[in-house]
Amino acid sequence: MSTNDDKANINNATDTGISISNNNKTVKKLLLVVIAMFGFGFALVPLYDVFCDITGLNGKTNSTAVAYTASSVDESRTVRVQFITRNAKGIPWNFEPVVNEIDVHPGEMKLVSFYAKNNASHDIIGQAVPSVSPGLAANYFHKIECFCFTQQPLAAGTEVEMSLQFYVDLELPADIKTLTLSYTLYDITEKSS
Amino acid sequence: MTTDVIEQDSHDEHHDDSHEHGKMNGIKRWLYTTNHKDIGTLYLWFAFIMFLTGGALAMVIRAELFQPGLQLVEPDFFNQLTTVHGLVMVFGAIMPAFTGFANWMLPMMLGAPDMALPRMNNWSFWILPFAFAILLGSFFMESGAPNFGWTFYAPLSTTYSNGSTAFFVFAVHIMGISSIMGAINIVVTIMNMRAPGMTYMKMPLFVWTFFITAYLLIAVMPVLAGVVTMLLTDTYFGTSFFDAAGGGDPVLFQHLFWFFGHPEVYIMILPAFGIVSTIIPAFSRKRLFGYSSMVYATSSIALLSFIVWAHHMFTTGMPLFGELFFMYCTMLIAVPTGVKVFNWVATMWRGSLTFETPMLFSIAFVILFTIGGFSGLMLAMTPVDFQYHDTYFVVAHFHYVLVTGSLFSIYAGAYFWLPKWTGHMYNDSLSKWHFWCSLISVNLLFFPMHFLGLAGMPRRIPDYALQFADFNKWVSIGGFAFGLSQLIFLAVVIKCIRGGEKAPAKPWDGAIGLEWTVASPAPYHTFSTPPPQRDIDNADQHEH
Repeated sequence: MSTNDDKANINNATDTGISISNNNKTVKKLLLVVIAMFGFGFALVPLYDVFCDITGLNGKTNSTAVAYTASSVDESRTVRVQFITRNAKGIPWNFEPVVNEIDVHPGEMKLVSFYAKNNASHDIIGQAVPSVSPGLAANYFHKIECFCFTQQPLAAGTEVEMSLQFYVDLELPADIKTLTLSYTLYDITEKSS
Repeated sequence: MTTDVIEQDSHDEHHDDSHEHGKMNGIKRWLYTTNHKDIGTLYLWFAFIMFLTGGALAMVIRAELFQPGLQLVEPDFFNQLTTVHGLVMVFGAIMPAFTGFANWMLPMMLGAPDMALPRMNNWSFWILPFAFAILLGSFFMESGAPNFGWTFYAPLSTTYSNGSTAFFVFAVHIMGISSIMGAINIVVTIMNMRAPGMTYMKMPLFVWTFFITAYLLIAVMPVLAGVVTMLLTDTYFGTSFFDAAGGGDPVLFQHLFWFFGHPEVYIMILPAFGIVSTIIPAFSRKRLFGYSSMVYATSSIALLSFIVWAHHMFTTGMPLFGELFFMYCTMLIAVPTGVKVFNWVATMWRGSLTFETPMLFSIAFVILFTIGGFSGLMLAMTPVDFQYHDTYFVVAHFHYVLVTGSLFSIYAGAYFWLPKWTGHMYNDSLSKWHFWCSLISVNLLFFPMHFLGLAGMPRRIPDYALQFADFNKWVSIGGFAFGLSQLIFLAVVIKCIRGGEKAPAKPWDGAIGLEWTVASPAPYHTFSTPPPQRDIDNADQHEH
């Protein structure tokens, strides 16, 4: 921040014109900063998603199907994968994993299913949102097929078994021995209609 | 706070013939004013009224917590009380009080005739009462006031809101616009209105701290505006910024909020540093120790404040790297803050100390703010934060920083400049009563909260387990005593406006600064012509 005595010299009555144009210039610059920071706040939303995608922060896993690309199966190593489900407020479904946990080798493809039943007297569209813990493992958990990729419409009183096909990456950090995949089920009937 | 204040307020029919040029009569003077001193007065009175309002809410909170069980209020109303208490104190009391100081003092300290943008100045004050009318008015609506905490975490403020979200969002929008306009005005004034010869490094430290604070405001207030806008559209227009069902993320809310929220903490404390850095040298009869290092320390704190926000979110489940990064960055802030505390102590070292009320509040500030700083350091450590998170330890920490920190500095500054504002000396013994009652009661109020927090009492809950009963009783008694003590200040100020010993232009023999070269009370217009270079050099805070 350099000192500029000439610019500071605005109290002098003869310089009033300069002072007003100086003020206007500064105000305009500051308003630009204000607008830029307002935009920056919104820009943080996609930036946050990209950042989480890259680093796997927050346990975000892939939301669209990926192809199976593992070159081999590492049978020397076993990782336990646990499944938990929970219902968000206000969705009257039974929603639970058919098996609570399985042991897998990295690179090995597995198919598991989840059970859902709509106990309400009206049709409901559900959406399951996955999250992996520990968060840093999320990038090494690949879903080849998942019911969470699409919305799940379920007529009143009906039940369904939904499948999840996944594999754990060979590169999974050695200190991670257990992965927990958690699904939260939301009622999105209103939003999707 | 000139003598006219009381005349205007108490009897409008009375016409004072001695009105100077540009001053209107009656209420119009205050509605249409573009004078920095009038607007400063408005800000200060508004802040004090809001302080009493927020304090009244706190009294109900402490009454409910006086003993275990639910006595006075419903849990939902208790949530409304804590939420609105926080919002009113942060946005209604502390921030406008500092803006009031800026308006009154910056032009006089810079040798400028007024703020750079006087009409915008009028606007930035007069939209504030509307913001708080909306916020406080929501108490009387069917939905009730905001009940999701002053941090308004989604989904508490979206999916689970009691219906007050829209009022809350619009109130915050208006407060934000007001703050941004005030901050722009401060920056433009400091950059363009300095008297000839007043270089940046000759500015009083008070000016520097407001300069840096104004930049912080300009940088983060728009982010706050953005966050509450997303909240609004999430709640009412079906967007999913923070709604996991629609692909959003509630943790994103916390990142965005604290990206604003942590610099906001420094917005509320940096001006306090400026005020005590003015007062301590005056009553030590020495120059400020390490003026330049103070400028750099303040700037470093401001810059660091942008990269520590996630220390409020350790328990959200961050990866280890993130926890370490934010922990170390947070602890790094203790370094420039330590420089400041060291400089204040070094300024007092071997000074000719006297203990007038502004000095008492300043010394109490240094000691008690440092206690708040230390508990902040403890909270910065990730592993222990898992224990302290959302307990009364956090409540104790931020009240030490904001009450015995920011508020005490505001009192120190008010006593220091009251003679300049009113032309009268304040009543000394009453002011000492105010200080000692406040000092004792504030520690009774907030110190035991540390123990409550360490023992596991959660914040924001209207009931508690039996073993917390004794401490809570003392805390409540301290709270009531502190609340009542603040009425002494109101009495001091009113007495000081109405009369009292005439104040000379410079009532404090050790004070330096251009504001003391004008008469007391400060004339309606000052520095229509710039001050001579000699005065500017005399006001230089550097050691010689």
